[in-house]
Amino acid sequence: MEQMGQYLGAGLACIGMAGAAIGVGNVAGNYLSGALRNPSAAASQTATLFIGMAFAEALGIFSFLVALLLLFAV
Amino acid sequence: MFSLLQQAASTAAETDTHAAPANAEAAAAAAAGQGADAAHAVEAAGAAAHAGEAAQSAGMPQLDVSTFGNQIFWLLVTLAVLYWVLSKVALPRIGAIISDRQGAITGDLMQAEEFKKKAKDAEAAYGKALADARTEAGKIIAAQKAEIQTELNTAIDKADAEISARAGESEKRIAAIRDSATADARSVAREVTAELVRAFGGKADEAAIDAAVDARLKGAA
Amino acid sequence: MATEADTGLAFHPMEQFVVKPLFGDGPIYWYTPTNATLWMGLTLLAIIALLVFGTRGRAIIPSRVQSIAEMLYGMVHKMVEDVTGKDGLKYFPFVMTLFCFILFANYLGLLPKSFSTTSQIAVTGVLALMVFVGVTVLGFVKNGTHFLGLFWVNSAPLALRPVLAVIELISYFVRPVSHSIRLAGNVMAGHAVIKVFAAFAAIAWIAPLAVLGIVGVYALEVMVCIIQAYVFTILTCVYLKDALHPSH
Repeated sequence: MEQMGQYLGAGLACIGMAGAAIGVGNVAGNYLSGALRNPSAAASQTATLFIGMAFAEALGIFSFLVALLLLFAV
Repeated sequence: MFSLLQQAASTAAETDTHAAPANAEAAAAAAAGQGADAAHAVEAAGAAAHAGEAAQSAGMPQLDVSTFGNQIFWLLVTLAVLYWVLSKVALPRIGAIISDRQGAITGDLMQAEEFKKKAKDAEAAYGKALADARTEAGKIIAAQKAEIQTELNTAIDKADAEISARAGESEKRIAAIRDSATADARSVAREVTAELVRAFGGKADEAAIDAAVDARLKGAA
Repeated sequence: MATEADTGLAFHPMEQFVVKPLFGDGPIYWYTPTNATLWMGLTLLAIIALLVFGTRGRAIIPSRVQSIAEMLYGMVHKMVEDVTGKDGLKYFPFVMTLFCFILFANYLGLLPKSFSTTSQIAVTGVLALMVFVGVTVLGFVKNGTHFLGLFWVNSAPLALRPVLAVIELISYFVRPVSHSIRLAGNVMAGHAVIKVFAAFAAIAWIAPLAVLGIVGVYALEVMVCIIQAYVFTILTCVYLKDALHPSH
């Protein structure tokens, strides 16, 4: 029963990764649409793009970490 | 799927429990070997026990606190060496290479600029020479034209003179012909008049005939 | 499913992250040479091979290896200069150290049978804490109490400022956590997923899919390695900029 809770919790935590995926996709998509409108300004914003993607992705990694902790560390 | 994961977890736990006693044994053996150093033995045993505990409880090796000291120590050593090598050897060298290249490139660019200037000068000289040649040619052409014109003029003048001379001569000849024609006509008229007078039995008075003929001819003419 | 489990399908996705002593299997003291030591040393050697021996020729027209070294140098140099400004270039060797270590550790970790040091929270935690403590100390040394202006947003309405200050303070102290967990989590996740796919490859009818999955995840990991190194370094630069110019 306890194990079942762990696995269920791990699986639920993985839903968080979907949010991160949406977030990263949003960042990249908006960057692309902006870059297509004004390609000359695109190159200067790649650093910002990566920072934004990293921030969005970090939350997904956190949820992945929660899943791992539930599976292996509890 | 569920049972499968469970199986995996249980096998992992088994291997861990196998490993833990081995660790403890090794630590005990080490402690026994060193014997006198009791404090060390206690410490080692504690560490081994701790490691065993951690391995048993945490499936995530990252959270195994017993290895942290080791990792941190070696990480700091690595970073220190790396920082020293980079800041003392690698980065100054690469920076020097890049600035050397920059210098070489700017030098080459300046040289190229100079060459460009030279080429421009040469082009200007060429253009000037071309313009000079053009004006020279124009001058020559003008001179030639003037010469031809004068020649032409003299030729025309000459021709004109000749033509007028010839015309005068012809006029003279025509006048002579006309004069001779009138003289002929007078002599013919006088002779005819004299013959007519004689034929009528008159005596031809030459002077009277001349006067009469002249008067007639004057009237006719 | 049960029969397949009996035929030896076993998931050990985390086993690759275990720190083991290199010689024998005694307890791990702080000085014990472990696989972590080995791969950190290999990282160090690889970096030295590229950046020191690769540039031995000091050629004006670079060889292939030298141009890679110059590319790395130029990339990090430009990043530091763009993000922190000219006065941040003093810390360029430190940033370069971080970038090279993370990049090479990530890529060496992708080798089969290797140990990825950057997947260890202890390692990335130390890296992030170094940045955090260094940046905080630097901020106070350079700007004194003016550094606290980082948390007091002057452009916001006065009533909101205390609330914002609390939020800024929290986000400031979460920095090392997210900074380290992001790197370790990314690397660990990739390696663990590859291991899970590899375990599935033991089942015959699913093996082709699993192998394709491994290839795909590996390709993703190749990209993630450089992106995470880049992100770690650029965040370091951003924090450095906050310390040098704390005005919001």
